[in-house]
Amino acid sequence: MAFDYTPYLRQEKMPHMWCPGCGIGIVVKAMIRAFSDANWDPRDIAVVSGIGCTSRAPGYLNMNTLHTTHGRAISFATGIKMHRPDKHIVVISGDGDASAIGGNHLIHAARRNIDITVIVNNNNIYGMTGGQYSPTTPLGARAATAPYGNLEPSFDLTKLLIGAGATFVARGQAGNGRQLSTLMKKAFDHKGFSFLEVVSNCHTQFGRRNKMADPMNMIAWINDRAKPLKKYEELGESQKDQYFPVGVMHEDLDRPEYTETYQALIDKLAEQQKEAAAAK
Amino acid sequence: MGSFTDTGGDIKFWPGNIVVAEAAVAAGCNFFGGYPITPSSEIAAHMAMLLPRNGGHFIQMEDEIAAMGSVVGASLAGAKSMTATSGPGLSLKLENLGFGYIVEAPCVVVNVMRGGPSTGLPTHPSQADVMQARWGTHGDHPTIALTPSFHQELYMETIRAFNLAEKFRMPVLLLIDEVIGHLSEGVVPPEPGSFEIINRIYSDVPPEDFVPYDTSNGDIPPFRPYFDGYRWHTTGLNHDHTGFPTTIAKDVEADERRHYRKVTEHRDEIDKIEWFLAEDADIGVFSFGSTARAAMVAVKQAREMGIKAGLMRPLTLWPFPNIQVNEWTNQVKKLVVPEFNLGQIVYEVERSVHSDMPIKRITKAGGVPIAPAEILAGIEEVA
Ligand code: SF4
Repeated sequence: MAFDYTPYLRQEKMPHMWCPGCGIGIVVKAMIRAFSDANWDPRDIAVVSGIGCTSRAPGYLNMNTLHTTHGRAISFATGIKMHRPDKHIVVISGDGDASAIGGNHLIHAARRNIDITVIVNNNNIYGMTGGQYSPTTPLGARAATAPYGNLEPSFDLTKLLIGAGATFVARGQAGNGRQLSTLMKKAFDHKGFSFLEVVSNCHTQFGRRNKMADPMNMIAWINDRAKPLKKYEELGESQKDQYFPVGVMHEDLDRPEYTETYQALIDKLAEQQKEAAAAK
Repeated sequence: MGSFTDTGGDIKFWPGNIVVAEAAVAAGCNFFGGYPITPSSEIAAHMAMLLPRNGGHFIQMEDEIAAMGSVVGASLAGAKSMTATSGPGLSLKLENLGFGYIVEAPCVVVNVMRGGPSTGLPTHPSQADVMQARWGTHGDHPTIALTPSFHQELYMETIRAFNLAEKFRMPVLLLIDEVIGHLSEGVVPPEPGSFEIINRIYSDVPPEDFVPYDTSNGDIPPFRPYFDGYRWHTTGLNHDHTGFPTTIAKDVEADERRHYRKVTEHRDEIDKIEWFLAEDADIGVFSFGSTARAAMVAVKQAREMGIKAGLMRPLTLWPFPNIQVNEWTNQVKKLVVPEFNLGQIVYEVERSVHSDMPIKRITKAGGVPIAPAEILAGIEEVA
């Protein structure tokens, strides 16, 4: 039987606002598959976003959805998770939203190891505002604000997140939806802060300026450069530049999760108060 | 508890910041998202101690912006949430404060004012954020801001801040300053149960029928936290009653006007003024917060000198008590407005007064509070 997406979608909100062929649709589809695979009841999920094309995704998902201010999704998500540690909190965000204006929240949520999954749809550009370069625009690529080619080196988001202390870090890509939902399921299952970068296409704003205006060309450009982590590591240094690794890049199951640590404190203090009352 | 907070009796000798934290927990606050900034930091520190002992959550966020974000997020999940900051921090919080207004998330934001602009005068007091509090975040929105002067009052006004936030589904500002935040004064915390605690009204419709901004029964939509069967969309975009964005001009305008009405139509429940020797006064002094403490002394001294001075002390500074100020001008002959800034709230006084009554400004910057003698000199000058 064909997979039923309807329990997770607000179908009355369709058609969506994205350009035909945009990678965000692939990400949302993979997310729904992963929600289902993880056995998450949509009523127990909150999906939080910031501002940008990717951040419009929550509007189409039939769960608790919070479309916040630019870059700040993780801070709102942190408040929700602290108050309701028993629920599933997912942040979906674009590269500009998550790693430029929201970069500080990203690294600190990772450091705390709070049980939130952050999915970053990395299409290397600010799509909604008209194609300005982002922290992940490749050096030399063209953008509305980089008419002579981008002068700035770009972030490797997975390395950034590993450095910040995320206990689950993975990368997928829009050319492989099945792999994407498998990685998402792993991220959802992980207890602690999990991060998934999705290398994705914005053919409208990035592709058009970089000789890949057709979405299929751009997805092929992404797909052809993706190599499973193990294979990527076997590549010679000179070849590595032409590819990027996909898969689970980092997993640490030993670090305590933040809301559990906090609950242990609440329990300990309650115990102490009880003992103090009994001693009186 | 720290030794300075433990007097062993009913009377506590607490700095204002501790009063705020204690009262917040008494009001039912169970989430605090903070960021260190002088002179408000003791509120965060005290909440960090109190909240986990009460099953609540404290978190020190990575910046002021995140602190405000966490407070709104927790509120949407059902928490009674609060943050505290000072002027520069409020500047940073403003965008997410505006988000709190548009999504109608109850929460309390304490601003322990210090001198400014910019880094200004840490950690000297001022009252220079009153306009930031009213108009700081962009766009049209109503504001409720409370300005207590004394610690017992501060305790009760902190509770009132939560009550108003919950009742009207909006952020409420508690505006104090370094003088009040750091000054220690006797407080008798009222017995639990002896004061009113208002919680937001929950919608009782089943999840499948829930409409997040249902105003069919009034301007304040019944709330439902995320989860436990309910799921709804929340956005900082202008939205209709379903919570989803709209750009239909008449719907957007109607909704923004409804937000205003939450305050303008409930002034009797929001306004609060303390009067001191006001009934027969000829010289009316209008003053709030820490400056009102000095104004009270000055008014007493003026009376001793035979000048019939009186004090109007708004505990609700926003919405501004424009009608009450104007009514008072039927009685008083002159107004004196001392405020610890270079002249902000006096503009509101001036536009509230419908006559050409002389209004004497007493303004000050530099971090040294306005002394009673300075206010008395102003009263004598106009008397
Ligand atoms: S502008 Fe780019 S990111 Fe935005 S919807 Fe179009 S293709 Fe997708």
